[in-house]
Amino acid sequence: MHSAPATLEIRDEADAVDAICAANAKGVSCAIVGGGSKSGLGRYAPQAQTLATGALAGVTLYEPNELVLSARAGTRLSEIEALLESNEQQLAFEPIDYGPLFGAERGGATIGGVIAVNASGPRRIKAGAARDHLLGFRCVTGRGELVKSGGRVMKNVTGYDLSKLVCGSYGTLALLAELTLKVLPNPETECTLLAIGADEAESLALLRRAAATPCEPSSLAMLPAGAALALDVHAAAIRLEGPAISVTARRDDLAARLAGGGIRFETLDVVDSKALWRDLRDAAPVAAKLGQVWRISVAPTEGFAVVERMRRAGAPLLAHFYDWAGGLIWFCVEPAPDAHAAAARGAVDACGGHATLIRASAETRASVDVFHPQPAPLAALTRRVKESFDPAHILERGRMRAEF
Amino acid sequence: MTLLMPAPEPEIMSRRNELIARLRAILPRESLIVDEVSRRAYECDAFTMYRALPLVVALPESVEQVRAIMALAAEMNVKVVPRGAGTSLSGGSMPLEDGILLGMSKFNRILDINYENRCARVQPGVQNLAISKAVEAQGFYYAPDPSSQIACSIGGNVAENAGGIHCLKYGLTTNNILGLDVVLMGGDLIRLGGKHLDSEGYDLIGLVTGSEGLLGVVTEVTVRLLQRPPLARGLLLGFASVAAGARCVGAIIARGVIPAGLEMMDRATIHAVERFQPCGYPLDAQALVIVELDGTQAEVDHLVGVVQNIARDEGATTIRASTSEAERLQFWAGRKNAFPAVSCIAPDYLCMDGTIPRARLPEALAGMDRLAKEQGLSVANVFHAGDGNLHPLILYDASKEGDVERAEKLGFDILRLCVSLGGVLTGEHGVGVEKRDLMGEMFSDVDLAQQMRLKCAFDPAGRLNPGKVFPTLHRCAELGMMHVSGGKMPFPDLPRF
Repeated sequence: MHSAPATLEIRDEADAVDAICAANAKGVSCAIVGGGSKSGLGRYAPQAQTLATGALAGVTLYEPNELVLSARAGTRLSEIEALLESNEQQLAFEPIDYGPLFGAERGGATIGGVIAVNASGPRRIKAGAARDHLLGFRCVTGRGELVKSGGRVMKNVTGYDLSKLVCGSYGTLALLAELTLKVLPNPETECTLLAIGADEAESLALLRRAAATPCEPSSLAMLPAGAALALDVHAAAIRLEGPAISVTARRDDLAARLAGGGIRFETLDVVDSKALWRDLRDAAPVAAKLGQVWRISVAPTEGFAVVERMRRAGAPLLAHFYDWAGGLIWFCVEPAPDAHAAAARGAVDACGGHATLIRASAETRASVDVFHPQPAPLAALTRRVKESFDPAHILERGRMRAEF
Repeated sequence: MTLLMPAPEPEIMSRRNELIARLRAILPRESLIVDEVSRRAYECDAFTMYRALPLVVALPESVEQVRAIMALAAEMNVKVVPRGAGTSLSGGSMPLEDGILLGMSKFNRILDINYENRCARVQPGVQNLAISKAVEAQGFYYAPDPSSQIACSIGGNVAENAGGIHCLKYGLTTNNILGLDVVLMGGDLIRLGGKHLDSEGYDLIGLVTGSEGLLGVVTEVTVRLLQRPPLARGLLLGFASVAAGARCVGAIIARGVIPAGLEMMDRATIHAVERFQPCGYPLDAQALVIVELDGTQAEVDHLVGVVQNIARDEGATTIRASTSEAERLQFWAGRKNAFPAVSCIAPDYLCMDGTIPRARLPEALAGMDRLAKEQGLSVANVFHAGDGNLHPLILYDASKEGDVERAEKLGFDILRLCVSLGGVLTGEHGVGVEKRDLMGEMFSDVDLAQQMRLKCAFDPAGRLNPGKVFPTLHRCAELGMMHVSGGKMPFPDLPRF
């Protein structure tokens, strides 16, 4: 039995500098844990000690008229979202809540974790991911140095854009201390147009046609029969947001453009529409099944072919659905020690993209590449980038790549 | 010349003939420029204050040639400066006397337009506007639209993370790129992203975008295409004070309206524009705000009404809304001519590019006024008001003794003012050589050392576009060892160049 790893409470930047310098001196690897809602993500790589950032919390700046908010990394996402909601604003990138996928309550995330995994949601195709909304940050690098980058203004090209780099770095470069985010007004209202009756491939083609209209859909998902809404037929779901007058006009326009071929339309009002997209954001159709979960990003036209190739390769699919007009596939497979990685990766490599293993046992995540393997020159560059921040591999050792 | 560049290395200069011979083995005769007269054409980009004659100009047309040149440069330890269309306003592609100037102008093909996936694969030398032109018949466009879009190349846009009038709503270059092919120093080709979103692993697309040609040479770009909105309408709003104009801009955004464009200009610019090419701007206004709203007919008409009401509440002295496409374009004509118009009221001007939190605009303008008076110069102002990006145009006369130095001093003072108000040195023009020595105003030595370590991860010998962005050169080995305490590097007295 291993003894539980030591936990160090990080209350401020100075604590983080001290802890990481000490870890460097002793060669001890560290996990960075905010709310712990993402501890099941990434390679299984237990660390010698834990840096707990939950107390490194609080909103430090919020200027609604400037569309900007700063918060310490340990601030609860739910607290930030409630504050924004009180001003009819939001994080437009709609960060996924991993609670349902990992069998936990919603609301466990901190803003630091949201940034560390570059979270996004169904609105990604229009509004971007976390990376598109982080304006600046302060962090303590794996070298134990306090570094800042970016700023609080929307437009800034002063120095390298490290904000992009820390988004999706899973804590392997630096402990995030404070984040400055672009916030946006809530859309006045929304609705969802459901196009029902086509098969899976046709429904996906219909989403791509919708995307190429001037109707500005903000989300486009394909729900196979049984995936959601208690529908026993396939449905294409198209979200329209904006001023009420515009949403109605665009819905009518879109229905007219897509009509034909035995398709029938239904409209979800604002309440049902919000509920549907929250569920899809959190991958509810696959979260509910007992199985391993993959998240795959490919060109929208390739989504259906990827699923077909996986099926042909013998991966036993339990549930799946498509977001991002077919460019994002969530699917759940019957558990296997290798999580059917060869089938998933082979299906993606045929067209370009990446497959990430999101939910699997610790044993599987220790032995299977959780993140898509990289060609040698890119893998070497990735390692050099890591070591420019964290030469001794102190932070989240092995969480992204076995070699660091 | 007050700018110091790294001194040419005699060791490299002495091997020029060998370098040319080796390059001839890679490139056809016409793709290598060696004679002095022809090299002169490349001695500066659009930041014309400083010039240098490149050692040799290479104009490759294939990825294999770029890789071979980068491998040769690494082998011979020769510097390389990449160049797109040469429209950088900060000297990002200013040549080095002991460096190869790598011109990417022959990479001028659109490789693949994919409407279903709403993206296009293009070579880096393709003009920004050419992408939108190529897809407009299908109702699509490429959103980032820097003012130089008829000339600038997409590769240069990636290097500088170019913005433009529409970036308030549609984002900068970095938000509109799906894939990059990058050749590293030494010749390795790295393929990043593709036609899909958010490649996992470190976001090297995001890092390379805006890296000012210091990390790698971009050889292919996959851009996102957007559906052009069916309708756009403009509003022209005049105000009796800059503060009132700034308040109106804030009120529009506070109401939850994100216009496609939100621009502002001061009285000096309004008058310069009207003298240059009259377009009906109100001459009695101290500030002019131009708003563009796009979307479906119902939405645009609704939002025009919302903005008109806000402008009225904020005391606008002029409120006009376009009722035709011709009128909308006329509203923009003056803004688009602002720079040439200003060059007609002064022999020379220096264009600055700070960004500030929008609410601090009145303070920034008052401060700028004071600083200009100190130097005995005047400033005309155009802003991307929606995102707080200022373009103060410092008016001077290069033929007048001391005016260049005064203009440069004023420029630096204005950028320091932007930083002190919570802003940044550059919103979209890049650091280059122009603002290099001001980086310490925004960043501590520790911050800069971390950025330089990243440069080392891509270019350990520091041979790609050195002398730009960072005010000091450090060898990578020394950065790796260095521990900085209290925000100060060891040896603070090391000479800055």
